[in-house]
Amino acid sequence: MTGNVIVIGGGTAGVEAAGQLARSGIGVTVIEKESTIGGHVRNWHHLFPDRRSSSEVIDYLRKQLKHDNITLVTGELISGFDKKGGSFRLKSSSGKEFHGDAVLIASGFDLFRSERKEEYGYGIYDNVITSADLESMFRDKSILLRNGREPEKIGFVHCVGSRDEKSGNLYCSKLCCITAVKQAIGLKELIPGSKVFCFYMDMRMGGALYEEMYREAQEKYGISFIRGKVSEVSENIEGKLVTKVEDTLAGRPLRIEMDLLVLMAGMEMSKDGEAIDISGKLNRGVNRFFAPADYHFGSNISNIKGVFYAGACTAPMNITETISHARGAVSDVLNYLTNKH
Amino acid sequence: MENEGKKRVWSEYQKEIADDHFFYVRSCIRQSFFPGSEQFFLDFMRNGLGKDVFENPSHTTCTGIGYHGDIVPIETIMTVVARHFALMKESGYKNIAISCVTSFGIYTEILETWKHFPEQLERTREFLFKATGREFDVPENMAHTSDIIYKFRDEIASRAKYRLINHQTGEPLKVVEHIGCHYSKMFPKHGVGGAEFPRVLSGMAEAWGGEIIDYPERRHCCGFGFRQYLVQANRGYSVSNTAKKFASMEPYKPDFILTNCPGCNMFMDKWQYTIREMEGVTFGPSGDSIPVLTYEELAGLVLGYNPWNLGLQYHMVQSEPLLRKMGVEFDPEDKYKTKDGVQMPIPRNLINC
Repeated sequence: MTGNVIVIGGGTAGVEAAGQLARSGIGVTVIEKESTIGGHVRNWHHLFPDRRSSSEVIDYLRKQLKHDNITLVTGELISGFDKKGGSFRLKSSSGKEFHGDAVLIASGFDLFRSERKEEYGYGIYDNVITSADLESMFRDKSILLRNGREPEKIGFVHCVGSRDEKSGNLYCSKLCCITAVKQAIGLKELIPGSKVFCFYMDMRMGGALYEEMYREAQEKYGISFIRGKVSEVSENIEGKLVTKVEDTLAGRPLRIEMDLLVLMAGMEMSKDGEAIDISGKLNRGVNRFFAPADYHFGSNISNIKGVFYAGACTAPMNITETISHARGAVSDVLNYLTNKH
Repeated sequence: MENEGKKRVWSEYQKEIADDHFFYVRSCIRQSFFPGSEQFFLDFMRNGLGKDVFENPSHTTCTGIGYHGDIVPIETIMTVVARHFALMKESGYKNIAISCVTSFGIYTEILETWKHFPEQLERTREFLFKATGREFDVPENMAHTSDIIYKFRDEIASRAKYRLINHQTGEPLKVVEHIGCHYSKMFPKHGVGGAEFPRVLSGMAEAWGGEIIDYPERRHCCGFGFRQYLVQANRGYSVSNTAKKFASMEPYKPDFILTNCPGCNMFMDKWQYTIREMEGVTFGPSGDSIPVLTYEELAGLVLGYNPWNLGLQYHMVQSEPLLRKMGVEFDPEDKYKTKDGVQMPIPRNLINC
């Protein structure tokens, strides 16, 4: 089989698809905006549910790229495309052009900017951090407050920018609950004497081994799960974070002083993904992610023939789902190229 | 705490504030409780800055207290507000300057309602015309008067006779700013700095040399809450809310509280007296209570106005400790004299005297 496919994005979805396409004899150009591949996984420490090191995923992706049919272009951001006849022309922000017989968009997601939830004071209060910041601390194996002390009381705020009408995001980001459980366990392992609370709306433990991990967090690690949304955070004179939350199961408001508060930032359609389709030719869902042609039978297919999707540019996905989705995209791309030629 | 983070929030909530030609609408209660505040605003704007500020004597209450007390229906209050807009139109003005935060909240709520439900605007036009024969335009610019003082804060700073500096220690005075809930909590985009970290008062205090205190219950209601107070049986709830705020700010040793809402000022001032009488508790340093000033009173002090002409003596918590810290010259003998020098009765049990 012949053909050349442009893959936009060198994260998990893009690289997995590129490897599979290359092994099928297709020429692939992977265009990554950063200087290296891996996307968000590069910033993560451990993955749920088995606590696998994220570096193993990066190593796997690097192996996928080792193929003569793959050209990796880094530091280029795609800012538009057009289609003439059966071929595509893509432009990058630096003015370069790329040509292909098909386009696979794997532009991923953006983490919700937690400072938008002003009531939590991210970027203002010293010890309000995001789940991404905490992963960075895990990598350094050092969980310290801004004053250099170890936190004793730690809270996780679920659904930051997810299921939140005020943020304009009605959807569930799906991964934050299990990430909070994983991170809470990680904290208890590093600081066994700490008290850890998770403030949640619903615990959505839909993946393989998620529920088991949630149970372990409660039974083995003594993590407290409080059903209620944090309404506001402030800092007292001792630098503690005064956290107001309603315990909806007990039916009473709580006011708890925390040393560290972790905001579980949700997932949003990426700005880079929006830039690819600046002219708005591609259909978008009410969640603003790219809308596939059919959520059941065509989740990798766009409304433009020859343009396909892989991974979290269509909806929040975990790594397992992303890899499966990328493999599904490869199947659709190959079918397209076969019929085209 | 990162001030840069707050600056980022403030940058996202900037509003356009008219520069001149204001149609001024007074508050129902401010003239009674803080009689020098509105007077200062008019004097400073007209004579200090040379601005055109017009008052129409036919202006009435906005009925906001009745609305929030559930006795005035929304159609009625919309028509009352529409009448004010009609007075503004008839007077040839397009920029409205609102003295009261409750009214400001009412006006913003109504304008937003009309924007999203244009049929309500048309109904209100009909109601007003049938009732009064008047027609109105919505304002081109709407500002609370604290917005306007904020706009001219640097002008005031450049003319300052006194700064918010403890003239004995050289340290900035510690300021608790309290923003009325109805200023921006309902519609953050209509307030300078938004709802979570409003800038309107902190911007003034910092421009005049003070240091803002950010304390845990900063966002909490002053305790007024309309029905919390208006329904007599709820007043314990009102005072307990205010006490919660005082207890939260006490460790920071604030030199004074700065407000932009009539209800907030009144309750944070008068409930200190009540709590002292009920519990024997005060929240200021050395057993004092904490003076509560309006932004006009503070601006007037900074500019060197006579504190008694600003009406500071009409607060329950007296301001002498603050005046001494700022180095403000004042004559205690004049405190309860009329402008003609006639001695008025001197209240008993004054706090901070």
